[in-house]
Amino acid sequence: MLMISPRMASGMQDKQYTPSLLSFFIYNPTFGPREGEEEKKILFYHPSDIEKNEKIRNVGLCEAIVQFTRTFCPTKPAKSLHTQKNRQFFFEPEDNFWIVMVVRNPMIEKPNKDGKPPTIEYQEEEILDTVYSAVVRQCYSMYKLFNGTFGRAMEAGGVELLIQKLEKFFYRYLQTLHLQSCDLLDVFGGISFFPLDKMTYLKIQSFVNRVEESLSLIKYTAFLYNDQLIWSGLEQDDMRILYKYLTTSLFPRHSEPELAGRDSPLRPEVAGNLLHYGRFLTGPTNLKDPEAKFRFPKIFVSTGDGYEELHLIVYKAMSAAACFMVSASVELTREFCEQLDSLVGPQLTLLASDICEQFTINRRISGPEKEPQFKFIYFNHMNLAEKSTIHMRKTASVCLTSVHPDLMKILGDINCDFARVDEDEEIIVKAMTDYWVVGKKSDQRELYVILNQKNANLIEVNEEVKRLCATQFNNIFFLD
Amino acid sequence: MTEEHYLELCENPVQFEHASSVNNVFFDEANKQVFAVRSGGATGVVVKGPDDKSSVAFRMDDKGEVKCIKFSIGNKILAVQRTSKSVDFINFIPDYPHTEFTQECKTKNANVLGFCWTSWNEIVFITDQGIEFYQVFPDKRSVKLLKSQSINVNWYQYCPETAVILLSTTVQGNVLQPFAFRNGTMSKLSKFEIELPVVPKPAKLSLSERDIAMATIYGQLYVMYLKHHSRTANSPSAEVVLYHLPREGPCKKSHVLKLNTTGKFALNIVDNLVVVHHQSSQTSLIFDIKLKEPECAVNTHQPALPARSIHPYRIPLSGPAVVPSQPPVPCQLYSSSWSVFQPDIIISASEGYLWYLQVKLPPTVNLLQDKGKLMDFLLRRRDCKMVILSVCSQTLDGGEKGGLPVVATIFDKLNLVYKEYLEAEQSYTMAMESGPSRGSAAQKRPVRTQAVIDQSDMYTHVLSSFTERKGVSHKFIIAVLMEYIRSLNQFQITVQHYLYELVIKTLVQHNLFYMLHQFLQYHVLSDSKPLACLLLSLESTYPPAHQLSLDMLKRLSTANDEIVEVLLSKQQVLGALRFIRSVGGHDNMSARKFLDAARQTGDQMLFYTVFRSFQQRNQRLRGSPSFNPGEHTHTDTHRQVTCRCGCVLIVVLQENTVRNMWFTSSSCLGSRR
Repeated sequence: MLMISPRMASGMQDKQYTPSLLSFFIYNPTFGPREGEEEKKILFYHPSDIEKNEKIRNVGLCEAIVQFTRTFCPTKPAKSLHTQKNRQFFFEPEDNFWIVMVVRNPMIEKPNKDGKPPTIEYQEEEILDTVYSAVVRQCYSMYKLFNGTFGRAMEAGGVELLIQKLEKFFYRYLQTLHLQSCDLLDVFGGISFFPLDKMTYLKIQSFVNRVEESLSLIKYTAFLYNDQLIWSGLEQDDMRILYKYLTTSLFPRHSEPELAGRDSPLRPEVAGNLLHYGRFLTGPTNLKDPEAKFRFPKIFVSTGDGYEELHLIVYKAMSAAACFMVSASVELTREFCEQLDSLVGPQLTLLASDICEQFTINRRISGPEKEPQFKFIYFNHMNLAEKSTIHMRKTASVCLTSVHPDLMKILGDINCDFARVDEDEEIIVKAMTDYWVVGKKSDQRELYVILNQKNANLIEVNEEVKRLCATQFNNIFFLD
Repeated sequence: MTEEHYLELCENPVQFEHASSVNNVFFDEANKQVFAVRSGGATGVVVKGPDDKSSVAFRMDDKGEVKCIKFSIGNKILAVQRTSKSVDFINFIPDYPHTEFTQECKTKNANVLGFCWTSWNEIVFITDQGIEFYQVFPDKRSVKLLKSQSINVNWYQYCPETAVILLSTTVQGNVLQPFAFRNGTMSKLSKFEIELPVVPKPAKLSLSERDIAMATIYGQLYVMYLKHHSRTANSPSAEVVLYHLPREGPCKKSHVLKLNTTGKFALNIVDNLVVVHHQSSQTSLIFDIKLKEPECAVNTHQPALPARSIHPYRIPLSGPAVVPSQPPVPCQLYSSSWSVFQPDIIISASEGYLWYLQVKLPPTVNLLQDKGKLMDFLLRRRDCKMVILSVCSQTLDGGEKGGLPVVATIFDKLNLVYKEYLEAEQSYTMAMESGPSRGSAAQKRPVRTQAVIDQSDMYTHVLSSFTERKGVSHKFIIAVLMEYIRSLNQFQITVQHYLYELVIKTLVQHNLFYMLHQFLQYHVLSDSKPLACLLLSLESTYPPAHQLSLDMLKRLSTANDEIVEVLLSKQQVLGALRFIRSVGGHDNMSARKFLDAARQTGDQMLFYTVFRSFQQRNQRLRGSPSFNPGEHTHTDTHRQVTCRCGCVLIVVLQENTVRNMWFTSSSCLGSRR
């Protein structure tokens, strides 16, 4: 399939507005079924300073839309509502609990002469349903990771507790949403795996097994290096959201003091023992501090039948991070933390330098990493492995991409096309600015390549992608 | 109480007539024969060797008291010393004259201290003034002097294994001069001095031959010196000092074995272990000179195991007088009538027994707590395999806390030995392949000792039963298996498929598919066709296994046919076709299975596409779109009709009715219309 992208023109003096969050609310229609009790349905509303009646009106509208569309397809009610100014996304994560996110469409403000108010042009087709639906789902998953299901809060303390928990969680979480930089990667919600040779990998296995054996409180372990996953003892779906939390929230928050020099005041005091570089990212910052609190964030992960609550201990030495999960029913003490620190610290430090060394050796063997001509995103649905040469390193605030948003939009569109059919296919798009975008789907894998080759024709582009597959993906089965 | 005696006397001792006033008993260390000489030989000489073949009985004339009696190697010639000046020879080769002949020592006024056979016909006389090396000609009944050396000798020791004679010289006797003999040559090795604990004044003979022994340990010749404690010198307890005596180069003091006690001692070497018997405590100590002792100074050794006595021994009563109900008599161990010979012989002349001392490994397992040390110890023993495997099983069974590092240490130690053997085997094979003529006569096939514990041993005796044991957490099972695989990888040993299978089986049993997925992702389980097939079989319970399997087949690059089969079974006919084309196997591919699979999909366009693709191939290969007979097996259901304009009409018949028709060119359709 060949398509020509029509967009990519913008006036110079025009002011561009990116998509932004208008409102975000959670309601349950069964909580206020009678007239006059509508307010009871609302469990959370952002922004909170909206007038009560407007809140009720907006919730009512969503309810109505969902109800109305249900008459056409009872199993699949509306997922989103497109309007000129904004787009609404509906998501029912648990029975009768609805999460609605309203995103303002991107717009262009064109200044008018003669002091007239500027003309606003909404670009209602610029944002993708798949991307923002994924964002809403992610919001819920993140809530669930730290709080368990809505139903659990209801059981534990009724609506009041649920409202309290939602307020506490989303008040902070929504501030970290950066809707303007959401893209295909949010749809995938993948995990970036650290490439590693077998022997070093086995050493890590051995390390994890030994720690779990000697500190038998530890139920699960995950191991990351350079913000990339190497080992997960958690199931895939739990790891997916935990990974998201670690890489977009926890690690970036701690990276600044790490980057700071040794003598910088920003650097946390290295607790006494200089034999290793291990430190807790969650829990106590300094073990020697007599006032130190041994409280760790709690997370909820799925088990065969339901959920279990765990302490999340994140311990880092240089670039290697190990997450240890301990049943929440156990109180974690200073002794345990000290034991963990003295056991894991030296080993993890050693392992981190091993991995680093191995990694540089491998890189030297494979030749100096030239900036490849092509940029690509790869995703495998089976193991959630994702790889992107388009995205810069993630930071706490934004996720930078190195390509124009329009190209990202094309990637999103191709992804939607792939989602529609089950079969393997390939889509090649010629974008306006000499770019070629190629999407390839083989079994459960998707590959998106952006090529910047002047005057290339379809055959050359096809050859180029084949070459890329043969060099970069030679050890997996990719149908041509 | 668990069995703790790690030393025992062999079950079948060599039995001989005990020493008495009429019966003299001699022992020859070279042939390990006991001579019972009755009345100077007149009433019979009975020779008992380690096996029946080397046992002989004969008579000889009584020509005076026998001082020493020994056969040459292979029982060819008997040498008997009756006087201090000469040695008599008797032929034992059939057809040769049996009359005795005599050789006197060449040196005037010298006394023959003794003699040693170094081959079937070469003999060394040791006199108090030197040594004389002779060749004996039994047919001519004559003796020829090959070489002699004059030197003052106090006493001598002979090590038959290496044919080295050690002479004690100087007044104090502590300067030792070794000579080595081989094929008629005698070579003088460099002499060395034993450090005495106290230097006596005035000088007198201070080094007794009882305190010196020679033996080969780990293939090297050592002189062992039993250094008694002395009240004057600052040595609180006795020790054994080992001097390494190399073929070339000077002799060096190499090891000190601390006995931590005093008294009367005797030395044996069993299975490369130095055994020190202590008479007063009736116990024995063992030392392994290869066992590293980090806390001790260089090459100072403490006993490898706590002191224990030899396993109690009962003398089985034999002979016609035995009453079946009579219990065997307990034998007095560490008796003062015992004589100890190298390397592992204990003789009780008064009771008429010769025993070989043996090391029993199972009791050592409980005496050596440090499992790493235990493994080092066991790996150097001869009959170690089953003991090692049982230690492995035991360690895994114990499941004590912190057991994993111990397990890892054990695996590493086993695999180091395993790897060394594999490497030796490999270099041997390579040497053989490059041609045995090219100066590789020295290349010997490496001996596979019991210490080589390979993957199949581990699997059969340890791992397979361990993984099936109830009550062991699957976490621990997987950790152990991964530890073993890690260790094998560390030594670059190719992991056998059955180990992977065991890992997969365990993971699947506990529904740990995601773990399995991650292992495969990092290629911890190496690619192979069987493994790929195993994964395929998991697809129904874990769908991603399909992808993993295909990836693996792709990487193998020898499994293209399998990939095609997998794709066709998934009805991915076009995918299969494209794949086989991309790897260049299209030309030799049988069209049949593709057409079959295409037909099963019920998709007529698909069938047509596949059919056309093969026709085009045929056209390209053979200039005609038709199929070779036999290749195209659908002749009964398909008919090809070639039209005038060159296009082909395919008719699919089913049960004699036309179901489908395709023209391969639309131009033809157009012209018909």
